[in-house]
Amino acid sequence: MNDADLSVPAHRVGTLPGGAGHADVGVDVGDGEVGAAVAAAFRDEWGRVVATLIAGTGDWDLAEEAAADAFAAALETWPRDGLPDRPGAWLTTAARRRALDRLRRAKAGDAKLRLLAATADEPPGDQGDQGSHPPDDRLRLLYTCCHPALAFEAQVALSLRALTGLTTAEIARAFLVPEATMAKRLVRAKHKIRAAAIPYRVPPPEQLPERTTAVLGVVYLLFNEGYGATSGDGLMRPELTREALRLAALVTELLSDEPEALGLLALLRLHDARAATRTGPGGELVPLEEQDRDRWDRAAAADAVGLLQRSLAHEQPGPYQLQALIAACHAVAVRAEDTDWRRIVRLYDQLLEHQPTPVVRLNRAVAVAMADGPAAGLAQVEAVAAELVGYPLLPATRADLLRRAGDHTAAATQYRAALAVAGNDGERRYLARRLAELTPS
Amino acid sequence: MDTMSTPIRYLLLISAEEQLEPDIVDDDGMRRFHAWMADLERRGVLRAHEGLYPSRAATTVRVRDGDVLRTDGPFMETKDQIGGFALIECAGLDEAVEIAAGHPAARFGQVEIRPVR
Repeated sequence: MNDADLSVPAHRVGTLPGGAGHADVGVDVGDGEVGAAVAAAFRDEWGRVVATLIAGTGDWDLAEEAAADAFAAALETWPRDGLPDRPGAWLTTAARRRALDRLRRAKAGDAKLRLLAATADEPPGDQGDQGSHPPDDRLRLLYTCCHPALAFEAQVALSLRALTGLTTAEIARAFLVPEATMAKRLVRAKHKIRAAAIPYRVPPPEQLPERTTAVLGVVYLLFNEGYGATSGDGLMRPELTREALRLAALVTELLSDEPEALGLLALLRLHDARAATRTGPGGELVPLEEQDRDRWDRAAAADAVGLLQRSLAHEQPGPYQLQALIAACHAVAVRAEDTDWRRIVRLYDQLLEHQPTPVVRLNRAVAVAMADGPAAGLAQVEAVAAELVGYPLLPATRADLLRRAGDHTAAATQYRAALAVAGNDGERRYLARRLAELTPS
Repeated sequence: MDTMSTPIRYLLLISAEEQLEPDIVDDDGMRRFHAWMADLERRGVLRAHEGLYPSRAATTVRVRDGDVLRTDGPFMETKDQIGGFALIECAGLDEAVEIAAGHPAARFGQVEIRPVR
């Protein structure tokens, strides 16, 4: 969503549906309390289970299938035996056993079986690897997914599939491509990892910086999917933003002097500091200018600004630091009308030098509207509109600026168009409210 | 490191513009080449390595409707042509990339890394 009204992440590629029952391989989490517990475990543990299983078998498909088996088994046994104390450990152990079963059935070579059997008693997340690496297989998984021998689209898709368990269909929607195209992309990427023996590891220190750009891009996308529109009722998927914040912190720790990693972490934390005020009591989206700024987490925002200053001291500005600077402009404005929109326009100009994309231009247009009036902003929206056909936030942005310009009839038309493509009920309720205000009965 | 440490074989297809050959095999280039070979021996990864005559010496054969068709030249008429190959056996793609990047021709042309089935 954008600065004026909603708040548009510059890279957002589309909308993602959410909800339970993610696995392509067919986990239906069912209803009720146990269903909810399995759904929660799925969100929290999928990536960890898959990452650990890949470490044990080197086989990505097997890891996903065995993880799905384990979640299906949880649905059978948890209602009978009660929820385990440590669902993650339970799932990892179950997945390892399922993987062993599958390998035995497939009469796999001894080497793979021995490897898996050797790791079968390890606690989850223990990678039994070099001590200098963070003890989290997910970081290995993330760096492997983001290996430069894979195309960027494949890197992001693979990371989302393997780490968050988003289905192929969900990822396809995020990339605005047909599901079959995305399925092919994922299969090819996994095949290349296997055939070309792309190592499953966090790269050695000398390779870390060049490998980090893709990793940061993936973390950023992950956060946006949690923060922005998802299908269903919730505006946010906090588990995704949590995951992204955690991964961003982990990458920052690993690359303590990487300014863009620091910038990304600052950006995500600035957004997160006002996350609680982004939805109203009915779950409807609350635009930036209507948010209760007293409820923003000022301490968290101040910490984030501190991170940002640390990154800026390197004098290597990049897209994440610039976006964090824009977010900081909002964070420091005591009231919405105190926002320094001219500075935001200048920051978007700098961002465009790094990232000349239509979505950044759309966001800049909104800042121009706030600085110089809706007419000036609308002209710039129209200048970029042809490149944003099908982008769900285009009609929402038009509607907002037309409303500010006082053209209620045109605004209502755009609100209706925006409603038709909105990703979740939170956005729909907000847009419906605006539409109702414009069309008195 | 890599959990599955079974060595993988890769074919390195070394290609460049053929007119650049004098530049690639000048004194500097030969020094690099010897350093590259020494590195491969140290790693113990080299299984085969050969240089080829220029593509004008190539003959390409196709069988169509039972007829053997010979073409004078390489299968693809591109500016860059394969000038040599190496078969290596190493831990994984990252090591293969390191090795490929060390070949003098990579500075002028490119090295394609193909995992061997």
